[in-house]
Amino acid sequence: MPVQETFYEVMRRHGITRRSFLKFCSLTAAGLGLGPEFAGKLAHALENKPRTPVIWLHGLECTCCTESFIRSGNPLAGDVVLSMISLDYDDTLMAAAGHQAEELLEQTIEKYDGQYILACEGNPPLNEDGMYCIQGGRPYVEKLRHMADHCKAIIAWGSCASWGCVQAARPNPTRATPIHKVILDKPIVKVPGCPPIAEVMTGVITYMIAFDDLPELDRQGRPKMFYSQRLHDKCYRRPHFDAGQFVERFDDEGARRGYCLYKVGCKGPTTYNACSTIEWNGGLSWPVKSGHGCLGCAEDNFWDKGSFYSAVTDFGVLGDVEADADRVGAILAGAAAIGVAAHAAVSVASHLSGSKQGSKENG
Amino acid sequence: MATVMETKHAPENQAAVYVFEAPVRIWHWTHTFSILVCAATGYLIAYPLPSVGGEASQHFLMGNLRLIHFISSYVFAIGFVVRLYWAFVGNRFSRELFLPPIFKAAWWEGLWYELRFYLFLTREQRKTPGHNPMAQIAMWLFNVLLGLVMIGTGFALYGEGLGLGSWADRLFGWVIPFFGGAQNTRMWHLMGMWLLIVFAIIHVYMAIRADIIGRQSSVSTIISGWRTYKDDLP
Repeated sequence: MPVQETFYEVMRRHGITRRSFLKFCSLTAAGLGLGPEFAGKLAHALENKPRTPVIWLHGLECTCCTESFIRSGNPLAGDVVLSMISLDYDDTLMAAAGHQAEELLEQTIEKYDGQYILACEGNPPLNEDGMYCIQGGRPYVEKLRHMADHCKAIIAWGSCASWGCVQAARPNPTRATPIHKVILDKPIVKVPGCPPIAEVMTGVITYMIAFDDLPELDRQGRPKMFYSQRLHDKCYRRPHFDAGQFVERFDDEGARRGYCLYKVGCKGPTTYNACSTIEWNGGLSWPVKSGHGCLGCAEDNFWDKGSFYSAVTDFGVLGDVEADADRVGAILAGAAAIGVAAHAAVSVASHLSGSKQGSKENG
Repeated sequence: MATVMETKHAPENQAAVYVFEAPVRIWHWTHTFSILVCAATGYLIAYPLPSVGGEASQHFLMGNLRLIHFISSYVFAIGFVVRLYWAFVGNRFSRELFLPPIFKAAWWEGLWYELRFYLFLTREQRKTPGHNPMAQIAMWLFNVLLGLVMIGTGFALYGEGLGLGSWADRLFGWVIPFFGGAQNTRMWHLMGMWLLIVFAIIHVYMAIRADIIGRQSSVSTIISGWRTYKDDLP
């Protein structure tokens, strides 16, 4: 495999026509929210740049990221990107197995030291020296650290790699830890979601390998092009929210009429993702469109924030005691009211006895 | 005992003190009103009213509630800034809200006294033209610290609607990851409302209590600005 091979050559070798390639370029440029001139720039980059290898590692995860990725709504994008990345290492998708597969990793390090992109699906558990996730006879965290040492940049696929997700939910017995808390010295792009949207994944990876750069990231390390708005901001049910029309129960008239799901716990107003615009499975649907509120799966720690069916949720102030702001607040306000009443009663009693004494003293 | 006290009678001990200047009083009542409006509309944002009928295009109930909440929040926040400005140019009492003199031993002694006083452990009543040390610390916690938390979380959430790169996002966007995400920020903002309610209950109680059984005016002071005394003892 010559280092000089370009993406375009790889794609052609995989039987993708030039026409399809150009279509892919314009589609991806549009998907990334780039201007019309970028379709040409993208094609130029893919035709001329040597192919960046991608290593796809799996830690503690459920493979839903891979499942989403290979079901990219645009089969073309899926094919193209898959042919670009599956060449190296992805233990779910590649043909090689066992020692042969593990050897590929060392070969990649030898050939492309400091040049490859490390795509991490899932996260490493750190408890018991990482023994809760063993691959090829050693803890996954060691493999991750080893591969990260030689990579150029890291993509943290999904909520597992980005935040921790289900396996990091309280009490997190294996101490599953998101990538950015384990690898501190490499640029990391977080692509959260459980799983992330396929088009978001192909978009991010194409941008990175085509422009040899990280996409613009927000404060929390997510690509702005897909994570700069909440679902709520572009939700097609938003007019019902603004009007004050809500589903109260899943079997009521409001649910039949497609009202806003906020009162039955939709986390759209607090979740940053592109579901309400890109949708899922090629624009077929997305949770709110199918009549169920958003769970907020792309948000940090979404699993530990209490009910999926309540707009007001727990926020874990009191450790393991489940408490939402209203319960704590009402208890505090009630205590204040009772305290004030009691204090007032004692004050009156004290004042009355005091004024008797005082009148005696002042004569 | 009585004779000792009688010797201290002096007319200057009963001289009224101008404590709350007009801008402070105006701020107090604007602040009160904005908290009431914010709490009412904020609660209805967390727990919306029953659905309205008809087409969505005919109504803007949630939208208007949020609009009132945002306007009222601006009143709260701008009021806070104006009040902060007044601490620089106002009289000495105008600074008490922001700077409890925690480095003065006398202040701690005063706090200890107030604690004993409110626990009925002493009958001695001191005169304080401005805020007593306990009131100062409560004012600082609930009006300065909690006020800033409400402004910070509030504008961070407001910035989510304005979008990335908006002034609210640039100034307050960091608050959201600080609290562990947008949902947590909302819940802390809601918690802040409850804490303000707790403060209001105790604040109103103490003000009325002081007015009835204390030696000095309290409720009328925040209306007229003058602290008057009921006796001429020190």
